[in-house]
Amino acid sequence: MDIKHVKDYIYWLYYQYLLITCSYVLEPWEQSMFHTITVTVVAMVLYTAYVFIPIHIRLALEFFSQMFGSQPENMVSIMD
Amino acid sequence: MMRTNIVTSATGKKLQKLISLITRSGMEIAKRNGIANGGLYKRPFNESFEQAPMYVAVFTYVGFAVGTIFGYMRDCIRTFGLEKCHHSAEREEQKDFVPLYQDFENFYTRNLYTRIRDNWNRPICSAPGPQFDLMERVSDDRNMTFRFTGRIIKNVINIGSYNYLGFAETEHNAMKRVGNELQKYGLGICSTRQEMGNLDKHVELENLLAEFLGVEAALVFGMGFATNSMNIPALVGKGCLILSDELNHTSLILGARLSGATIRVFKHNNVQSLEKLLRDAIVHGQPRSRRAWKKILILVEGIYSMEGSIVRLPEIVALKKRYKAYLYLDEEHSIGAVGRTGRGVVEYFGMDPDDIDVLMGTFTKSFGAVGGYIAGKKELVDYLRSHSHSATYANSVSPAVVEQIIRTIQCLMGLDGTTEGIQRVQQLEENTRYFRKRLHELGFIIYGNDDSPVVPLLLYMPGKLGAFARRMLEKKIGVVVVGFPATPIMESRARFCVSAAHTREMLDTVLNALDELGDVMNLKYSRNSRSSRPELYDEASFELED
Repeated sequence: MDIKHVKDYIYWLYYQYLLITCSYVLEPWEQSMFHTITVTVVAMVLYTAYVFIPIHIRLALEFFSQMFGSQPENMVSIMD
Repeated sequence: MMRTNIVTSATGKKLQKLISLITRSGMEIAKRNGIANGGLYKRPFNESFEQAPMYVAVFTYVGFAVGTIFGYMRDCIRTFGLEKCHHSAEREEQKDFVPLYQDFENFYTRNLYTRIRDNWNRPICSAPGPQFDLMERVSDDRNMTFRFTGRIIKNVINIGSYNYLGFAETEHNAMKRVGNELQKYGLGICSTRQEMGNLDKHVELENLLAEFLGVEAALVFGMGFATNSMNIPALVGKGCLILSDELNHTSLILGARLSGATIRVFKHNNVQSLEKLLRDAIVHGQPRSRRAWKKILILVEGIYSMEGSIVRLPEIVALKKRYKAYLYLDEEHSIGAVGRTGRGVVEYFGMDPDDIDVLMGTFTKSFGAVGGYIAGKKELVDYLRSHSHSATYANSVSPAVVEQIIRTIQCLMGLDGTTEGIQRVQQLEENTRYFRKRLHELGFIIYGNDDSPVVPLLLYMPGKLGAFARRMLEKKIGVVVVGFPATPIMESRARFCVSAAHTREMLDTVLNALDELGDVMNLKYSRNSRSSRPELYDEASFELED
């Protein structure tokens, strides 16, 4: 029963996607084209996120920690 | 307060200042006591036009964008000849000339309307009562052509017809009088009102109608649309000003344009906007010559059919009296449908029909017939008898139809000896309140006044229009969905018209279907839904005093 519940929910999500993007009214070949384009675009966005976001976050953290982290060392040298 | 500025001496000026001081403080006392609007409204006026959350607008735009992109792509394919164009197109020889079908309306028809065209123009094969029969039709080529399968879908619940009082019936006793008149007079009139088409039945109807509305005289025409479009040019002309509501019906707009008067539009049901336009008109006069306007006519409707809102009549009549303008009230949807005894918005607000200069209405909606009328003072009606285009050139109303109208008005007034008329009006009021209350509770966005039988339910996204209508038909409920040209592009809706002939079971069937569809298609956008369950009181908070 749980599988059926999950399958119904996924079908409901697919139906919402069809209604919102107005692809419910398109002919079948237009729908296939639209689904292909959408899936391609979403896949590319996810791939870009997967490849680039960790690198950018690491670089940003390094940049900020360099700026803030090095300050106490400077203060220590002046106090000396 | 009359201010005479003739006295210019010092004591005179002091006296004037004293008078103005007293009146101002008098008004302030009234304000402090809380008389707002001078008590113009004798009953609460509840209208709501709730806005949907932001994501709904975003998704609607996304839907239209996808539709437009695919529309352009299909047009491209059709131009290059890869697909045959089944819609209107120019002939080969005409293709070098100015293109005829490139404007937005044709683009919309070709690419968006045709895809969901099967939800409109459905052929009906019985009377449009609370339930009707539909001919089943299918399309093999994506809605370009239809064919009938031969089957009939029986007993589809009808919440789209303007059958407010349920007079669109075929019951034998009800139609006996109409049948008799048909035997006596035949069906066609073959003449205009001014030549040989003025029957004694017309005179009887006009007298009865004048008595029903509480005015001096009335004039009846053969077509409701033609009543508006042909009579406004007879009343106003060049050098007059027409102030018309933003959402007026096409017949009023056509009549206003045909008349040649200057037209200015005020915001829908917005009395401040109307007052500003009136003041500008009176202060500045006609555009170039600065002369005073010959006549200022305010065009409003009783109930607006796409919004379900009721006109703010007491305030507009107060404005009209103050600025000496004329009021033309088009009661096509409100006559018979609102008011304690069904006499329209004038009775709904408890006002005097003499205050309104031209009362217009149609018999198509609540009376189950065809035609329209104009009612008012006797001089107005006598003038229109000779000067109206519709009275001079159009056929008058057929006698069987006149008998139907007479029958319904007599039923409403109680002159046929029964209380059936009042019962219908009360049943309609009860049905309206119940339907609207339940829809609010379910969580849909409904526009309009709480007392109007026209209920627009907002759907917003173009994809949902087709899906909604088709699914409701599968559940054997016939609805009317309205999209772009008739409504703003972002606010497509399904419009329900409650009828006195609907029983509680039918309304419950419809509401349950709507509940289910609202969950499946995610239509319950309202953030202010009112719950019907009463508040639960915590037992422990009751303290007994010993």
